[in-house]
Amino acid sequence: MITRLDQLPAKEAISPGHNACAGCGALIAVRQILLAAPRPLIVVNATGCLEVVTTPYPYTAWNVPWLHVAFENAAAAASGVEAALKVLERKGLGRRHNIIVFAGDGGTFDIGLQSLSGALERGHRLLFVCYDNEAYMNTGVQRSAATPPGAWSSTTPAGKQETKKDIMSIVVAHGVKYAATATPFFWKDLVNKVAKAFTFDGPTFLHVYAPCPRGWYTESDKTIQLSKLAVETRYFPLYEVENGRYKINYFVARPKPLEEFLKIQNRYRTLLRPENAELLQRLKQEVEERWKRLEALSQQREAPSSTHLVS
Amino acid sequence: MLRQALLYLMSGNEAIAHAVMDADVDVVAAYPITPQTTIVEKLSEYTSSGMLDAEFVPVESEHSALSVCVGASLTGARVFTATSSQGLALMHEILYIASGLRAPIVMAIANRALSAPINIHGDHSDVMGSRDAGWIQLFAENPQQAYDFTLMAYRVAEDNRVMLPVAVNVDGFTVSHCYEGVRVLGKEDAQAFLPRTPRPRLEYDTPITVGAMFSPTHYHVVKTEQAKALESSLNVVKEVFRSYPLREEGYDVVHVVNRSSPVMVVGLGGVMGTFRHLGRRMNVGVASLRLYRPFPAADLLPSLREAELIVVLDRAYSPGAPAPPLATDIKTLLHTAGLQTPVWSVVCGLGGHEIRLSMAEKLLQKALEAAREGAGANISFYLGEEVNRP
Repeated sequence: MITRLDQLPAKEAISPGHNACAGCGALIAVRQILLAAPRPLIVVNATGCLEVVTTPYPYTAWNVPWLHVAFENAAAAASGVEAALKVLERKGLGRRHNIIVFAGDGGTFDIGLQSLSGALERGHRLLFVCYDNEAYMNTGVQRSAATPPGAWSSTTPAGKQETKKDIMSIVVAHGVKYAATATPFFWKDLVNKVAKAFTFDGPTFLHVYAPCPRGWYTESDKTIQLSKLAVETRYFPLYEVENGRYKINYFVARPKPLEEFLKIQNRYRTLLRPENAELLQRLKQEVEERWKRLEALSQQREAPSSTHLVS
Repeated sequence: MLRQALLYLMSGNEAIAHAVMDADVDVVAAYPITPQTTIVEKLSEYTSSGMLDAEFVPVESEHSALSVCVGASLTGARVFTATSSQGLALMHEILYIASGLRAPIVMAIANRALSAPINIHGDHSDVMGSRDAGWIQLFAENPQQAYDFTLMAYRVAEDNRVMLPVAVNVDGFTVSHCYEGVRVLGKEDAQAFLPRTPRPRLEYDTPITVGAMFSPTHYHVVKTEQAKALESSLNVVKEVFRSYPLREEGYDVVHVVNRSSPVMVVGLGGVMGTFRHLGRRMNVGVASLRLYRPFPAADLLPSLREAELIVVLDRAYSPGAPAPPLATDIKTLLHTAGLQTPVWSVVCGLGGHEIRLSMAEKLLQKALEAAREGAGANISFYLGEEVNRP
């Protein structure tokens, strides 16, 4: 169990000087994940912000081997890397590595869902990390299946009317041995989940909530606060599913009002107007139902000690 | 020293699978599609019985099949996939990435018509839609060539001067499912022919960034280098074709009979056997391209110089274009060489439409007649239609 920064096992895999926006939640999460990931390591990246901001040729921010093929196929490309190393090791021509896939919510929930499903079903040993900033940020904030109800995007000018896809349930339905949610404020929870994921022989999944100042119209110094509020309002519960068993890792006994989380994001400005009360109510209801379902699945009713998770 | 080559009764698809086994391929990723399927069925049999030590990745689509191959190839593995028609179309996006990232993948394409209307039989519509994807394109006319070209494809792809993916095309059913005696090299000689050469790969101790973002300043440099690499791979293909150990005389990239006939027929794939058979009897020239990309212009041109009429066979349309794919290439070649030889552009055998001996014979008769009369007009028609000369 990692409880102090100096216990993080690995050296920095991503260099400063990349082109990410100030306050980019994805880059913070990625840095934390890479510090905790066991070596030797190969990173496979779907097309998206992370790929664009870290590899403007002739520069690269990556100190580990890194592969980007296309948008929808990161899980398939990573399957190829994994399969290759397995057989090359057998033939004395290479060695197995730990493999991390990074994809945004578009590359996971939408266009990447098929290849992700295929890789999970085939059982390749890799950790698939979805950094979820709830829209297509790289192309200018278009709605995705991860965009929540009520959120403005450039293709939902009146706020999204549909619900957010439950990617964790879809992943868990594949029978993976380990799937978990995490977000950068709860960094100990995040790094320990990364370390734990690599103890399983097979595909594992991490759904990381990554605030995006550019796409959410928030101040760049609010990223960590948003990451914290998302959990404390029960909007983004921290939990893990290990061999089918659900466990809430941070039990929010007394949630903060959802408005505290929404009002500092200008993408919700329209939602918070009185005429949209009904849509706001739907969002609140979704958040509550999600939590109740998790409580039922985990059979947790009371708050276990979660203090080690808070930095 | 080559040991006695063994002769097996094999279909084109089995011959390809056998070559993949002899090449000691590491990763096979494929999705079933007719008429390719029997290749990967055979390969899964080889891998599960231990005859081939490879990872068989049974992907959920052709898009993922090629994506797996790109990932595995850039990790240093020798990889293989096979597809047809709709599957190749689904791979389209990744075809360009495979060549752009210089992944030496070998893929067999059992050529089949594209939907709609849906049709499972042979023509070249599928591969012609991918001809600008930057792959080396070989066309095998029979199961023996299917075996030989697959092995040679690895030698070419992995050559440090090339580092490009290679497609081995076989006509759906007429070659893929046709049985013939096939001489095989066997594992030991095949692997001596295909030594593993080191290349940059994903490895923690020597980190590389593959698939980076390129600005307008750099993108064109890479793409121009890639285009030149494909162009100059011609010499490597010829070198490998000449040195192939199973044939003393090696292979030519363009095979020609009756070079001095007034009529020269040019085409690709299995149907060329039919035309060669007639050509020998009727004294008509027949040039079969075994290599389509890079286009072996200098190797083909001498056979066209003397001809008074050139008949180009295409098994695909290029709707709205000045001519179908191969005819466009031939006309460009003639123009570049300053020749004004008339060209009959003949589209034939679409969706498995049988090219009967009688149809081919009638075509050649008409062409010989026209050449004799010096009727130098460019015309285009579908084989089987009446030939209306102006």
